[in-house]
Amino acid sequence: MAMRHVIVGAGPAGVIAAETLRAVQPESEVVLLGDEPEPPYSRMALPYYLSGKIDESGTYLRSRANPAEHYRALGIDLRQDRAASLDTERRSLRLESGEKLGYDRLLMATGAVPLSPPIPGIDLPGVLNCWTMEDARGIATRAAKGAEVVLMGAGFIGCIILESLVRRGVRLSVIEMGDRMVPRMMDQVAGGLLKRWCGEKGLQVHTSTRVTAIRKGGKNGRLEAVLEDGSVLPADLIISATGVKPAIDLLKDSRVETDFGVLVDQRLQSNIEGIYAAGDVCQGKDFSTGQYSVQAIQPTAAEHGRIAAMNMAGKSVLHQGSVNMNVLDTLGLISSSFGLWDGAEDGEEVKTLNEGGYRYLNLQFSGDHLVGAQALGLTNHVGVLRGLIQTRVRLGPWKQRLLEDPTAIMEAYLGCVQPIGYNASVLA
Amino acid sequence: MLKSLKIEAEKCTSCMQCELACSYQAEGVFNTAKSRIKIFTFHHEGRFVPYTCTQCSEAWCLHACPVEAIVLNPRTGAKEVLADACVGCKVCTIACPFGTVNYDEDTKVVYKCDLCGGDPECAKACPTEAITYVQSEQTGLERMRIHAAQAAGLAGGAADSGA
Repeated sequence: MAMRHVIVGAGPAGVIAAETLRAVQPESEVVLLGDEPEPPYSRMALPYYLSGKIDESGTYLRSRANPAEHYRALGIDLRQDRAASLDTERRSLRLESGEKLGYDRLLMATGAVPLSPPIPGIDLPGVLNCWTMEDARGIATRAAKGAEVVLMGAGFIGCIILESLVRRGVRLSVIEMGDRMVPRMMDQVAGGLLKRWCGEKGLQVHTSTRVTAIRKGGKNGRLEAVLEDGSVLPADLIISATGVKPAIDLLKDSRVETDFGVLVDQRLQSNIEGIYAAGDVCQGKDFSTGQYSVQAIQPTAAEHGRIAAMNMAGKSVLHQGSVNMNVLDTLGLISSSFGLWDGAEDGEEVKTLNEGGYRYLNLQFSGDHLVGAQALGLTNHVGVLRGLIQTRVRLGPWKQRLLEDPTAIMEAYLGCVQPIGYNASVLA
Repeated sequence: MLKSLKIEAEKCTSCMQCELACSYQAEGVFNTAKSRIKIFTFHHEGRFVPYTCTQCSEAWCLHACPVEAIVLNPRTGAKEVLADACVGCKVCTIACPFGTVNYDEDTKVVYKCDLCGGDPECAKACPTEAITYVQSEQTGLERMRIHAAQAAGLAGGAADSGA
């Protein structure tokens, strides 16, 4: 009998895994479970739906015109259902529809769920996450022009939503409990510049404070957000973007080992043979640290999905570790960070800063290698920072040149990977 | 048989004809800032190196795109940006380890070399044949292979030779 692969979760990791399995093991059966009514879509694209740049179909991972046909044509059995429980002994899932679904290989691609801050009033109507399409529709309904909106969290997700809310013309207040914006992606300099940039654009970002309570206030069912210092912000809508955590509830009573996410080996297999994990739920190898951590970023989900599927199909492929990286557009100021952006132990660094022009570049070295970077205002050739880090290319003379001029990243990359010199064509 | 851009940097004089031709073909303006191909200057060596997307088989940009806005053109082998599907999230710009996908702050979408649909203007404009468009196998593509070899070390999952 043909091998049956069951993939729980129809986000990027799940969809890429399903497509990879169909490509490398066409005789196998592939079931892809998604628990939301929409065709597989990208959460990352929701802010662009909110800002009006795209309609709902613009968020679809595959085939805006006819997603059902895309999966059908590939022979992927896409079902709207939710895995309720897992029996690792019998290799079977019980679905919420009541069906029992056996598997030979199982992929946990369940993604993440929003954290709910433990404050009174968080469950009131009008307090929303921005995580699912349903959330986004709710925000779109309430975030009309002129509406007062409080956004809790100026981390990565908060900052992306921030942009689309401003575009909708709401009156926005942003509350971040960290001492700066995107504290887990950028340093004090960059986070500070981002905040100043927002201020210049007329947006108040309150850092080092938090919402301590939400209550109903005033007329028309409006809300009030109470801050740490006692001040009160009226709101038609409060959005909670205070972080996410891996969706591992399904594994609660199973023997599958979890930490923050699902613990896996380099083949992305859990401690239970035949059960794999990929994407935001997977505590996979970090290229820079060698440690296993949850990165929860799109490129890593894509890598995990492909590599898990190869191993599920019996083709041994080792995950060498993903580089943690992010890119963000905050009201037009573009920031990015890569790898050990906060520096390596015994490392060296170089920074170039133009505060007035909102330009910042920070390179982190360890020995003869680039190991991390942060950039503000850089839109050209930014990916080469990943290339320099992930190829572990020896910088040689280029290290000194970068210390003198950190902007010469493309030149450094080209100079390191292709022969450049008077006799280059002879030596090559 | 797919064709590729062959770049022989030692022949480049940095005349910028490729960048001008590229920007005019792609954007309708003579503006090197909009060019998909870029000449890099190496002062220490007195050299110029034209560089653009190698249409690598790993296609990091394509796989990183969350909304299928980068697709393979099977006729040319180029990875092409569908501007009307691109949401401008820029994940491809950080995913491409060669640094050859850029974000355009004017159009709010990303752009990259698409080989002009199979008739690249940069190669036609280059007066010194530093850029030519040739059968992929015929050339050996020395420099691009070097890049590919480097890229093979990237975490796309190297084959497990030990098991």
